[in-house]
Amino acid sequence: MTSASIIKNPSNLRSRKIINSVMLTMCILAAVITIIPLLYIFFYTTQSGISSLNVDFFTQLPKPVGEEGGGMANAIVGSAILIGIGALIGIPVGILSGIYISEYSKTFVSTIVKFITDVLSGVPSIIVGIFAYGVIVIPMQRFSALAGGFALGILMIPTITKITEEMLKLVPQSLREASLALGVSRWKTTLKIVLKTASSGIVTGVLLAIARAAGETAPLLFTSFGNSFWQTSLDEPMAALPLQIFVYAISPYDDWHRQAWAGAFVLIFLVFVVNLLVRIVTRNKFSGNL
Amino acid sequence: MDTEIFQADVSDETDDSESSPEKESKNAVLTKDLSVYFNNRAGIDKISLKVKKNTVTAIIGPSGCGKSTFLRSLNLMHDLVPKARVFGEIFIHNENITDFSAVDIRKKVGMVFQKPNPFPTMSIYDNVVAGLKLNAHHKRSELDEIVEKNLKYSGLWEEVKDRLKTPAVSLSGGQQQRLCIARTIAVKPEIILMDEPSSALDPMSTSKIEELIYYFKEYYTIIIVTHNMQQAARVSDQTAFFYLGKLIEYSKTRRMFTNPKEKLTEEYVTGKFG
Repeated sequence: MTSASIIKNPSNLRSRKIINSVMLTMCILAAVITIIPLLYIFFYTTQSGISSLNVDFFTQLPKPVGEEGGGMANAIVGSAILIGIGALIGIPVGILSGIYISEYSKTFVSTIVKFITDVLSGVPSIIVGIFAYGVIVIPMQRFSALAGGFALGILMIPTITKITEEMLKLVPQSLREASLALGVSRWKTTLKIVLKTASSGIVTGVLLAIARAAGETAPLLFTSFGNSFWQTSLDEPMAALPLQIFVYAISPYDDWHRQAWAGAFVLIFLVFVVNLLVRIVTRNKFSGNL
Repeated sequence: MDTEIFQADVSDETDDSESSPEKESKNAVLTKDLSVYFNNRAGIDKISLKVKKNTVTAIIGPSGCGKSTFLRSLNLMHDLVPKARVFGEIFIHNENITDFSAVDIRKKVGMVFQKPNPFPTMSIYDNVVAGLKLNAHHKRSELDEIVEKNLKYSGLWEEVKDRLKTPAVSLSGGQQQRLCIARTIAVKPEIILMDEPSSALDPMSTSKIEELIYYFKEYYTIIIVTHNMQQAARVSDQTAFFYLGKLIEYSKTRRMFTNPKEKLTEEYVTGKFG
């Protein structure tokens, strides 16, 4: 029972060592299983996509069926616009509600907000698309970039809220007290001290939310709808990279399949770059300020 | 027991050897029946205490006796704790603090915390003027002057004058604490509350902080919470002994440590408990 008896009992030691190595093996196995699909997707998409990638892909519009070539320029620009609209909605709402939950966490309303945010983060993205359809598409009586951006914005909110809340809670209470004790008002303390101290973590969350939204297809299906032409006005249907990939992938044409692969590769590459950016931001956090 | 305690804090007025006609105006801090409750449990219970201007008052007592709770009620820090309720009256320079906003009170009543807490996102320079910059716009030249002056007051200038733009967290613990003191006095408070300011520091840094306290007495009224009885004896003019949320004894420090009135005080001061 005491430590001495364990040392004296080699059979106990042996069984503990066995259990230890079994558990360790299982952990390693699980880690490998996690990595395999990711690596597979990454290499397969790169292999299939990179060969179809050329300058035309980034500069040309889609060609009509039967014609070779063309590209996804409109979809790339469209995705950027849609994500931009989504960010304009998602970032301010997400960060401000995160501040509310973290800094005023003892009120009844904030408990409700926190709970609803958790639920919202689990809502399937297609449902968010239907919501945007009902709120914007039906009243406007047409598909639009605005509706698509709105849907992406709604999808970003819970992620950003959650990470803002968690990052703000990591800021030591002593910093809030130090600022308030200097006669600094509460909102200035929150903005200039608390939010600033947590900023690198929040930037990480925002970038991840954007990367997530960039790949969303379902909520765009009946909001932004897609478009084969150049189109930059916000109240018209707009092309988006994931939508274009979807349309091309289910088509029966080989050339379109190749372009879908190229689109998938571009999308994955973008997400990869964003994640790399996140790494750099968080590394600065440890070597620099906090 | 209750009646005894009430007598204890009333009778300390007899210690005021220099009582004069303008005695009232000399009060920096006055509390009347100050109680703070956390979840219906009393953190401090009916503390009535008077602190004269330009003196150093030490608050001693075992852990959990309400020293910090008392101190933090003086600059309304309990506002941050949703479950804390404060009763009784607090007067700062004979004015009831309920007549002012918390922000105004905290500008008058500065605070130095137990653990050095410089703002990690700011440089040494920005930390000193943080309170000023966050509250109003100041000219660059004006700020330069304030930074130099306050770092000199807090005895840090010579050590950091060549690296004012480096992060404040690159300083040692003792330097950080002196930076926090510079930051506190930069907003020109009249009263400085110190919550065990040197308990996280080494002996050298501690003695530097104590030197500052001694020198600051001329300009500020200081109330210091300390676990270290030698420190209380070294720096303070009067000492208050708290036990289980109540004020047991309050008198001149010299008397407190040589000839306390209460048996409990004597036992604590001599190290029989606590």
